[in-house]
Amino acid sequence: MALPQPKVDATTAYLEGRALPKGGFTKAARADALSRLSAMGLPVRRDEYWRFTNPALLTAPLPEASEPLRVDQPIFTGMDKLRLVFTDGVFDAEASDDGAIDGVEITRLAEADAAEIHWAQGLYGTLEAAGQKPVDRPLAAFNTAAATDGILIRVTGKAAKPVHIAYRQSGDDADVVLHHIIKVEAGAELTLLETGTPGARTNIVLEMDIADGATLHHVRPQGRAHGRQVATHLFARLGAESQLKSFTLSMNGRLTRNEAVIEMNGDDASAHVAGACVGDGEDFHHDDTVFVTHDALNGESRQVFKKVLRNGAVGVFQGKILVKAGAQKTDGYQISQSLLLDGDSQFLAKPELEIYADDVACSHGSTSGAISEEALFYLRSRGVDEKTATNLLTLAFLAEALEEIADDALADALRDRLEGWLNRHS
Amino acid sequence: MLEIKNLAVDLEEEDKSILKGVDLTIEPGMVHAIMGPNGSGKSTLSYVLSGKDGYEVTGGSATLDGADLLEMEPEERAAAGLFLAFQYPVEIPGVGNMTFLRTAVNAQRKARGEEELSAGDFLKVVREKAKALKIDSDMLKRPVNVGFSGGEKKRNEILQMAMLEPKMCVLDETDSGLDVDAMKLVAEGVNALRSEGRSFLVITHYQRLLDHIKPDVVHIMANGRIVKSGGPELALEVENNGYADILAEVA
Repeated sequence: MALPQPKVDATTAYLEGRALPKGGFTKAARADALSRLSAMGLPVRRDEYWRFTNPALLTAPLPEASEPLRVDQPIFTGMDKLRLVFTDGVFDAEASDDGAIDGVEITRLAEADAAEIHWAQGLYGTLEAAGQKPVDRPLAAFNTAAATDGILIRVTGKAAKPVHIAYRQSGDDADVVLHHIIKVEAGAELTLLETGTPGARTNIVLEMDIADGATLHHVRPQGRAHGRQVATHLFARLGAESQLKSFTLSMNGRLTRNEAVIEMNGDDASAHVAGACVGDGEDFHHDDTVFVTHDALNGESRQVFKKVLRNGAVGVFQGKILVKAGAQKTDGYQISQSLLLDGDSQFLAKPELEIYADDVACSHGSTSGAISEEALFYLRSRGVDEKTATNLLTLAFLAEALEEIADDALADALRDRLEGWLNRHS
Repeated sequence: MLEIKNLAVDLEEEDKSILKGVDLTIEPGMVHAIMGPNGSGKSTLSYVLSGKDGYEVTGGSATLDGADLLEMEPEERAAAGLFLAFQYPVEIPGVGNMTFLRTAVNAQRKARGEEELSAGDFLKVVREKAKALKIDSDMLKRPVNVGFSGGEKKRNEILQMAMLEPKMCVLDETDSGLDVDAMKLVAEGVNALRSEGRSFLVITHYQRLLDHIKPDVVHIMANGRIVKSGGPELALEVENNGYADILAEVA
């Protein structure tokens, strides 16, 4: 079917004048991705998958000018970790930690891509390409074609400390395209922290290959920049008895679309994707779009997303569990909830289950509600003022999502951030 | 201590008159009980005193040591020394009982211009008071009232009361849903708090609770008014004969 003309035009305009990297070991993958993009075209509002989120800010040829992003207070300080800094989307060796972690091999994409051969060759763009079915993800294809930098991480043992990718912006507007690959070999373990936002407009792809018996924990506070326009895609492939836990905290942000595409390929695998976001005002739009495919026995997946919205903020959740024929004993769970702190805010949810196996337990739920008047009165009758009581109940609402973080210290750090936000926004 | 004069209250949503001129004065250190049939307005009185939404005061006044309660926010009433033990304590998922207690204690201290309790001091006090009420550390860690039995919820109310040290305690059907042993435990908790400077208003259907918490004065409430007041013997009369005789007598 021929692509509608508006899509062709939008895609042409978007690519015009961009010098896409030729690539070394990624050359073929980049070329394939560009073909995919041309065939799909950039998303438009009329696409079913973008019904609730207008992609215009993400697909405009140039990012809309915004104030330089707020520099966040450093998070996860005092924690032993290897910090890799990207400033305006470029790896910043000076700001990054020296040193290595036993069992973890780290290369910078921009450097590795000077060579024709690299261990990541079979992965770069592969999970992204696989994740294009059954739903188009054109911005991810663009990312594979256009990424200028990123981190390639191969984990062969139990990493003694987390790898921390820290994004920051130095002041100028930037259109940042980063592509990371995380390959966790059989039985290996890694905690990956990803913090902040590197530019006014950001497109990040993470490809995670989690081998048999491997574990990957991913914790991602996206910062609290109001002007943020960001599209992220997390593509993960899980081997037998492997585990992925990914948690994203988003505060503010003009337009945030976080997609997670999870393939459970090995038996007895477990994938938990969770997120909490808080937004205040009409300039807040946050979209979590998740697609979990069970293609093996006895898989367990959880999607837990909580949103706190006020003053006209908009939250979107599109979540799907697809259980393929033969994926028996699948245990799939999905919950998306919003707390609307006033009548102006909106939560749009599209939960989906598609099941082709007959011996599975899948459940989903979606709710939208206000602060419980009963609970509020109970707290106030004990002397807690209305604002403090509301914030306490709001944090309590978000707590179920935060519980998805395995590491208490990381969860506490995020809880502190949320508490700070609530105190500023009430 | 507490002075209620000719208090008249409508239910906002239904435009229905619930309290039709309640008069009640409680002196410091006294325990008053209010009994009465269902729908007489007992619980409404407790909610109006503590400041719950949904009620419209159409007349009269309620003061605590001279301060106008009805003009205050619920949290201000609490800081002024009023405490309501709920008939149905509210479950709050996601808020730990200990966090809840500490937040409440420190909020009141702050409102009264006192120093907040340090985490260590707070812990010491709460453990001691919890022990007396047979509240174990697990109950302190769990979310507020979530998964608590009826008895545990009521004991948790008394623990809050013990921590907050209010001067005017209103107990709304604290005996409902309690077995005999639990009621004894709750009553012991209340009795331990009795002091010269602290007053109680015990709302109950049954005389049973009043065997354990001995009242100085018993009031009978019916149709939005206090229709009869007397000593503890009035509660026994209700227990033996029901409300019919008393209501016929005052009609």
